[in-house]
Amino acid sequence: MKKNWPILVVDDEEVMCESLAAWLREDGYRVETAPNGQKALELARSTDFAICFVDLKMPGGMDGIETMMEIHRVRPEASIIIITAYATVDTAIQAMKEGAQEYIVKPCNPQEISMLVSRILKLKKLQSENAILRKKLTRQYRHHDVITKNPRMDEILALTQDIASLRSTVLIRGESGTGKELIARAVHFSGNRADKPFIVVSCAALTETLLESELFGYEKGAFTGATAQAKGKFELANGGTIFLDEIGDISPKLQADLLRVLQERRFYRVGGTQEVEVDVRIIAATNKDLGEEVRQGRFREDLYYRLNVIEIKLPPLRERREDIPLLAEHFVQRISSELGKEVAGISAEAMKILIVYDWPGNVRELENVIERAIVTCRNGKLDEQDFSWLQPGNLQLQDWEVPDVPLGELERRAIVAALERKHGNVKEASTALGIDRSTLYDKLKRYEISHRG
Amino acid sequence: MNELCLVTIGSVPARALEWIEAATSEWFPLPIRRLPSLPIPPGSYDSKRRQYQSVEIMKMLAQSAPRDAMRVLGITNVDLAIPMLSFLFGQAQFDGPVALVSLCRLHQEFYGLPEQDALLRERTVKEVLHELGHTFGLVHCAEPSCAMSLATHIELVDAKQEQYCSRCGSQLVERFAREGGV
Repeated sequence: MKKNWPILVVDDEEVMCESLAAWLREDGYRVETAPNGQKALELARSTDFAICFVDLKMPGGMDGIETMMEIHRVRPEASIIIITAYATVDTAIQAMKEGAQEYIVKPCNPQEISMLVSRILKLKKLQSENAILRKKLTRQYRHHDVITKNPRMDEILALTQDIASLRSTVLIRGESGTGKELIARAVHFSGNRADKPFIVVSCAALTETLLESELFGYEKGAFTGATAQAKGKFELANGGTIFLDEIGDISPKLQADLLRVLQERRFYRVGGTQEVEVDVRIIAATNKDLGEEVRQGRFREDLYYRLNVIEIKLPPLRERREDIPLLAEHFVQRISSELGKEVAGISAEAMKILIVYDWPGNVRELENVIERAIVTCRNGKLDEQDFSWLQPGNLQLQDWEVPDVPLGELERRAIVAALERKHGNVKEASTALGIDRSTLYDKLKRYEISHRG
Repeated sequence: MNELCLVTIGSVPARALEWIEAATSEWFPLPIRRLPSLPIPPGSYDSKRRQYQSVEIMKMLAQSAPRDAMRVLGITNVDLAIPMLSFLFGQAQFDGPVALVSLCRLHQEFYGLPEQDALLRERTVKEVLHELGHTFGLVHCAEPSCAMSLATHIELVDAKQEQYCSRCGSQLVERFAREGGV
C-alpha cells in the first residue's frame, strides 16, 4: 500500500536527491525527484504527492519556502518536510509558519526519518479513511450521488426534488437492483424530514405475523416471548419516513392494516387496545406490476390508489446503458479503496463486455461484479479476463440437458441448489442467482423452501 | 554468465568473504566469483563527517562491474553515509545489479565493546541478504525477524534472523527464477 503514497524529493544536489530517493524506494515508496522548484511544481501538478521533501536552500529561481508554497497551492493536502543543512530557529519558524509539516536537519538519523515518514502517513491514512467513511455516510443521501447521464433518470431526480418536502405517499417501481431505496433516501434526505428517522422495512423478508409486530410493535404479553412493550417501525419513524420495500408481497390482512394507517395515520400495536397516532411519510417500493396484481385480485385496489399518489418508475440498467461506464468506474474507485486494493480502472475491451451485458440484476449486479473482479484482479487494471465469466459462452451450459419439468420447478431446483452451495446463506445465494435478497425471500415463501435462519 | 561477484573495497577481513560466500550460496544458487579488491575512491571521503559517501563507492562499483555479472556485491570496512542520513549499514540499487555493505558499524568495537567474531558474522550475513534482496526488488518487510526488515540501529540488525521470511523468500525465489538464476 506504500505505493499509494508517492513521495517527492526536491534538491538541487543530485546526489542528495537520488540517495534519499533510493533509500525511500527500498522502503517500498514510489519516489520522484526534482532538481528545482519549477520542476517540482510541474511534477506536483500531475502527481498527488503525499509527502514532499524540499531543500530550504536552492540557488536561482525558487527557494525551499517558495517551492513549498507553490506546491501547496496545487496540492494543499501534501505534507511538506523542509530539509536544511543547519538548524536555525528563524528558518524553522518561517517554514512552519508557511505551512511546512516538519523541519529536519541533514544529516539525520535513519530512524528519525523513517519514523517521521510513517507518522505522517499514519495520519494521512486516518484522514483518507475518514473522508471515505464520510462519503459513505452521505453518499446515499444526496441527489448528485445518483450517478447518471440518462435523460429519464434526470427527470426522476428532478421529480424527487419537487416532491421531497410533501407528505404524499410515493410508490417506486423498478426491477431488483435498480436503486429504489437510493431514490427513497434521496426523497427523504432532500426534504424537510431529513433530520428525522428514515426507517427501512423489507416486507418480503418476514412472515405475516412477524411483519405485523415489526411494523406496528406489540404490547407486553401479546404473544409468547413478548415480555415487554415494543415500538414498531411506524412509531420509530414518527416525524420521518418509512420505506416499505417489496410492498407487493404483503398479505391481505396487512394490506388492510396498512390502508388504515394510510387513511388515518393511526394504528394499534399487536395485542394493544389504545390507538397510536403517528406522522409518517410512506414511500413504498415494488418490483411487481401492482396494477396487474390488483387485476388478479392479489392486491387491494384501494390500497394501490392510496400508495400510488406519486409514482416513480426506475428504468432497468439495460435501458440506460450510457450510465454503465460511469457507474462501473465509480464502483471501481469506491470498492478498491474500501478493499484497500489498488486498481487503476477498466480496460476499453472489458468496458465493452460490461456495456453489452444485459444486467438482469441491474446496478446491484454491476456493483457485485465489479467487487468480484477487483478481488480476483491480478494485473492492477480490470481487463477482459476479469469479466470473461459474464459472457454467455462461458457459462459452460452447453452439455446441460434441461429436465422436462414446469418452469416453476426449474426455478425451485435452482434456488435449492444455490442455497445448498452457499450453506443456507440467503445473501450469498441471492447474489449467485443474480436476484435481490428480498426477491429470493419471496420465492422461498412461494416454493415453501425452508432455509437456515 | 549468471555470477554473483564479490569485491572488497579497501581492507576487509578475509573471513568476512568466507561468511558471505557460505550464506549467499545457500540463498542464491549462483556461481560466486571474487573480483580483485578495489581502492576506496578518494573523492568519497567527507572530512567534515569523517565518513565515506556511499554514492561515490556505488558509482565506482557500477563502473568496474564485469558486464556479464548478474549482481556485484561490494564489501567495505569504512563508515558509509549519504548527504541526508548520518550513516548507512549498506546500500543497493533497487532492482539493479549493485549492492554495498559496510562492516564498520557491525563490529562490537564500534560501540566500545569487545569484538565478537560470531556476532560480526551474523550481522554481516543479515546485511548482505538485506542489500542483495533489494537488488532483486524486495522492499522492507514489516516482520522484524526477516532479513528484509529495516534496521535503523544495530539492535534492529540483531533482532533479525539470518534468513528471509516465507513471503520475502518466495518472492525472491520467483524473481530469481525469472532472471534465470536457477
